[in-house]
Amino acid sequence: MIPLAWYLTFAAALFCLGLYAVLARQNAVAILMGIELMLNAVIVNLIAFWRYNEPENVSGQAFAIIVFAVAAAEAAVGLALIISIYRRRETVMAEEIDMMKW
Amino acid sequence: MTASQIFFILFASATLVAAYLVVTVRNLIHAALWLVASLLGIASIFVMLDASFMATVEVVLYIGAIAILIVFAVMLTRRVMEDVGPQRINTWWFGAILATLFFVSASALIWLTKWPTLPEGDVGNTVLILGKSLVDPSKYVVPFEIASVLLIVALIGSIAVALPSKQPE
Repeated sequence: MIPLAWYLTFAAALFCLGLYAVLARQNAVAILMGIELMLNAVIVNLIAFWRYNEPENVSGQAFAIIVFAVAAAEAAVGLALIISIYRRRETVMAEEIDMMKW
Repeated sequence: MTASQIFFILFASATLVAAYLVVTVRNLIHAALWLVASLLGIASIFVMLDASFMATVEVVLYIGAIAILIVFAVMLTRRVMEDVGPQRINTWWFGAILATLFFVSASALIWLTKWPTLPEGDVGNTVLILGKSLVDPSKYVVPFEIASVLLIVALIGSIAVALPSKQPE
């Protein structure tokens, strides 16, 4: 039997890897990959809590499905934005995308 | 140590190694492929948690749609993505320190807390219960419908954003 803390530690490690990608990568697509990793860590946490607390009540899984939908929407809009910026500025480097910097 | 624990350690370490390569590898196509490997590992974690529907959705939606979308985005923005220049910002150590600090504090909290143990018995047919509760007005039909509206908005919005502008530049 696997303790719940193992799942939570695994999800925390996954979240921190995503956090590192968001903070340290220069490429906007790589930053989006980091966001995907972070969202996956959140979903792992939701499913683990659902399994260990109330498996007869599916609220955790329903919540996770909503997070899936949000992740899909976020990926679609984010990549569309990146492609639009690339078309105008010929770059996807986060440091060079500073049109809105005042 | 039981067999399920050994399998958990195997899957979890494979997932974490793949995720580490996602955030460190220079070539972005390789990073996207490691992301696929990492998502497969997460799907196997869902299988270990008796969430079969979640594992299916992970493979179909994340690997089948989002990861492929990311591969397309990498290829569409390819010219600047060759291995010229650094792939991480100058202050990357700040991000590394912050992520490490967060992991240390989160795992300290996790291991200091007393968590409930795994409930006895089988979880039953969760796919059936989940499907019914997602269209049950007394349960989750409102968030379900809001999620579908959000998906339509995201679809139309991303088409509008990514379309080339009509006026000459």
